[in-house]
Order: sequence, then structure tokens, then C-alpha cells
Amino acid sequence: MSLLKASSLVLSFGGVQAIKDVSFEVSEGEVFSIIGPNGAGKTSIFNAISRFYDLDSGRIEFQGRDITEAKDYTIAALGIARTFQNCELFEHESVLKNLMIASDVHRQSNVLRDMLFLPSVRRQELAAREHIEEIIDLLDLQAYRYEVIASLPFGVRKMVEIARGLCLRPQLILLDEPSSGLNPEETEDLVFWIEDINRELGMTVLMVEHDMRLVGEVSHRVMAMNEGEVLTTGSFDEVRSHPTVLEAYLGGEHG
Amino acid sequence: MRFLFRTSHRIDLALFQHSGHLLWYGLLAALLLAAPLVLDPFYLGELAQVFIYAIAGVGLMLLVGYTGMVSLGHAAFLAIGAYAHARFMTWGVPFLPSLLCAALFTGFVSMLVGLPVLRMTGVYLAIATLALAEIVEQVLTHWTSVTGGFRGMRVPDAEIFGMVLDAPRPFFYVCLAVLVASMFAALNILRSPTGRALVAVRDSETSAVSMGISLVRTKTLAFTLSGMFTGLAGALFAHRIGHLAPDAFTLITSIQLLLMVVVGGLGSMHGVIFGAIFIGLLPQGIALARDVLPQGVANLPGIEPAVFGAILIAFLILEPDGIYGRWLKIRRYFEEFPLYRKDTFKRQQRFLTTERLQ
Repeated sequence: MSLLKASSLVLSFGGVQAIKDVSFEVSEGEVFSIIGPNGAGKTSIFNAISRFYDLDSGRIEFQGRDITEAKDYTIAALGIARTFQNCELFEHESVLKNLMIASDVHRQSNVLRDMLFLPSVRRQELAAREHIEEIIDLLDLQAYRYEVIASLPFGVRKMVEIARGLCLRPQLILLDEPSSGLNPEETEDLVFWIEDINRELGMTVLMVEHDMRLVGEVSHRVMAMNEGEVLTTGSFDEVRSHPTVLEAYLGGEHG
Repeated sequence: MRFLFRTSHRIDLALFQHSGHLLWYGLLAALLLAAPLVLDPFYLGELAQVFIYAIAGVGLMLLVGYTGMVSLGHAAFLAIGAYAHARFMTWGVPFLPSLLCAALFTGFVSMLVGLPVLRMTGVYLAIATLALAEIVEQVLTHWTSVTGGFRGMRVPDAEIFGMVLDAPRPFFYVCLAVLVASMFAALNILRSPTGRALVAVRDSETSAVSMGISLVRTKTLAFTLSGMFTGLAGALFAHRIGHLAPDAFTLITSIQLLLMVVVGGLGSMHGVIFGAIFIGLLPQGIALARDVLPQGVANLPGIEPAVFGAILIAFLILEPDGIYGRWLKIRRYFEEFPLYRKDTFKRQQRFLTTERLQ
């Protein structure tokens, strides 16, 4: 069953066409990767899904529901989480608070109740914390709970960002270059995390990634893009050996 | 050095995390409760003024320190609270309900004002709030039938539980009680989803949106809450000065309020208190300095705003974390004594952030 369905997406900035007629479907439970050289329009697709960009035309459906015109802040509650290429965490707050902010998406908050910190608020806080601790355990972030983001190394921030995405309890998580800025060892770990997220938590993963080893190890399907167009979609091996993909990456004269 | 051993998630929810907090805050409370028995009425008045500043500071801190929006026009909300309260009182509303109504009314006004203003950010927002303060000042001057215009209006005497409020002692206790209540309200907000939404918007709007936080809703809420607390302070301020006139709520007042939160330490409620003490004492300090300074300098007009401005700039350059930030550093120095490194608080890495103007 397809969880996310994008049909003929078109997006341009002034005269530049960032996405030209892109269609794809992500099935429930799979790890779907988008690869392509810089400027291929991968992140633009992410931004279109999370509704930061308005499409010129096309349609995005999530769980059979049209989200093309949805408000940007409703996307998280619908079940789509995302991470950012360069980390967009709440810098001056602790890891715990960052995760709490994410888990608040499923809570009905009310200023008056919050102001009085009624027993119901306290109960919800504790319940949310239980769930957050599970994510912390899953991603091995125990040591950083009370650390302020600004004091953490980049690799840990990346993991916190993924954890924050998971705390939204989404059906679909969009990972924008999860391995960028990580060292080889951390990238190696990422393979296991992504598999855990996919298998243990049952989340569908849509990923933009440059590290081909990572892509090859975790993806069920891969879509290659160049200059706003889809080159091909298929298994990693199919895509890797596809002539137009090789051309896009290596130029015309590949052997 | 104390090591907080957490045995339950409840500890992270508590306002007082360990017995040390309870002890020190308890002592402080006892001292303040006993103060009227020993202190001269003049000093009680000054302390009450500090409390009033602090209540307004709670409001402004929520906006500036926690939501990251600068307001250069908070004197307007102080004024609205003060005038509204005085109006309600002259209509015969008893003190406490009137206080509450004044706060709610100010919150309502700031919400209305906030809706258009909050579409701006950064320096544009600051300018818009500045304009707002100017408009309110004009309204106060010209809407004579309600505000009494230039001549202003007298604040009716208030009674609470059968005591005359305007005597120094009851007034001191009322201000203290309102401050404590405001503090608890603000701290509760900050440890619940509402407050987390505020800091989310402050730190990254992009991220906040992708966490399901509506920017318009959150910013409007922050502005409303901020107006409410400031209005509450305004209502008490009305009793403190006894006679309301537009010149009590000028640009200097707004800057003083901003100075309070910046000097105290942005992003901490402790900072509000430190800041309030600081700006409460500053005029006394300037008055004392006038005696020492040579005649020509001491009698210069506008020396107060100049000093305020200089201090604000000095803090922004030398100690952006404010007095509270400095205190944390000093405390850490003693806790870690021979091991303290000066660079502990230095930001070591700065990473790129997407789509954001710093």
C-alpha cells in the first residue's frame, strides 16, 4: 500500500525549475532513498512535502489524503516527521526539552491548565517522558539528556535530531542527508539506527543521501534524480548500473 | 558540589529540585515577610517598586527571553493596565477583581495589537512596538474623557480585606503576593507545552513549524501573556504613583523594562529578579552619583537615559548572559575550584543553520 504518493510535482523559483514533473510512491514499511547530484531537487521535494514550499502544480497524498494545500504546521500531527541537512535543533535547550517539544504535538495544551500546572498536565508530562525515554534508549542518548544542544558535537546533534523526529511518533520520517558531517564510524552506526527505526518502530523512511554505501545497505528502493527530473527508480543495484545515472554522476565518458 | 541523583522523572518536573533550593528560597521568603517589621516605609516603597518591575519583567521576559521577540514599547501595556485598573476602580469595582480585569483587559488589547504586529520579525517588530507605545501615549493624552488627558487621573484608594492598601505595609505584601503568583504562573507555563512552544519558536522557527507548532498562534499567545503580566504590574504601579499621567509611561520606561531583562539575563526567571533589583536601585545610584560628580555634568539634562543606554550596551558587549549568567559562572568557579576553566562557557562550535537569519 502506498503511504505517500507524489504525482507530477512541479516547483520553480522565478525562472529556475527546481522540480520538473516528479512522481513517486513510497510504500508503507519501506526505506526509500532519493539520490542525485547537488541541485537535483531532492531537498526541494522534502520541503514540498513538509509544506515549506508551495508547489506550482502536482499533488501530494499521504495515507490517501491530499496534503498539497495543508498548512505547514499540521504536517507533523498528520504523521510526517523530518530532519534537516544542517541540523535545526532548539540550540539553547537541553536534549530532553528538544524531545519534549516534539512529543507535545499529540497533546492538547491549554494555557490556563498549563499556568496552574494541574494534575492532568503533570500526568501527561510523565506519560510523555516515558515514551521519550524509550527513544533515548533506542538511540543511546542517555548520556546527553540534560546537555544543552549548543554544547554537543555535531554527530550527537544529528542523532538528537533523528530522535526528535521519532518523538513525533510519525508513520513517515524524512531524513535529509543523515550522514552529512558524520565520521565513518558514526555513519556505520547510522545503518543500524535506520534499520531499527524501520523494523522495530515500523516507520517508513524517506531519505535523501549522498553516501552510496549507506544507501545501498538500508534502502529497499532508490530513486535517482538530476536537474529536477527522475532518472530512474528501482532497487539499489538497478539504479547504480543505470546508464543515465552513471552519466549524471560521472559525466558522459564512463567505462 | 551537589550531584543531583535522579530517581524518578518527577524530579525533573519539580520547581524546587532539591532541598537546597527549598532552604534558600524559604529563607528568602521569610526575610521578605519579616521585612516590613524592621524596614523604614521609604525602603518598603522602594522594594514594592522592585516587585512591580519584576512582575512586568516576567511578562517581558516571556516575550523577549523565551520567545525571542523584542518589544521597545512595553510601557504601553504598563499604561493600559494602570489606566484600566484606575477606571475600573472609579466605577466601584473592588480591588482584587479590578486587578484581574485590568490584567485580562491588557492581555486582550495586546492580542489585538499583536495580530498585525507579529507578522514582523527582528528590528521591524521593535520599530512597530515603538510606534505602538507612541500611539498609546498620544491616546492617553488626547482621550480626555477617559484618561483625564495631560492632567491625568487620580487613582482611587483601595481596600483589601478591610485594610487600606495604600499604606506601605499592606501594599508591600500585596505586591509581593502578586509577584510570587506571577512567578509561579510563568514557571508553570515554562515547564509545560505552552512554554516549550515559545522557546521552540525562539530557537528555530523552521523547526518549530515542523514540530507542529503554529507560529502565528504561539507568537500571539506570547504577546498576550506578556501584555497580561505587564498590565498586572501596571495596575499595581498605578497605586504606587497615586496619580496617573501620560508622562509616567514614556519611551524611557520601555527602555528601562528592556534594560531589566537584558541586564538580568535573557532566558531565565532569576534574571527578572536580578534585573528588577538593578533598575530599582539604579535611579538611587544615579542620584548619589550626582552629588559626587562636578556640577556641570551632574545637572546635565537626560543623564538618566544616557546611563541606561550605556549600561545596556556594556552588558550586550561584555556579558550577554546578564547578571544571572555572571552568577552562574561565579558559582561554577567555586564549585569546581581548582579545575575551573575560563572557557567552560565559551561557545566552541557554531554550525550552519538552514534558512534562518541570525
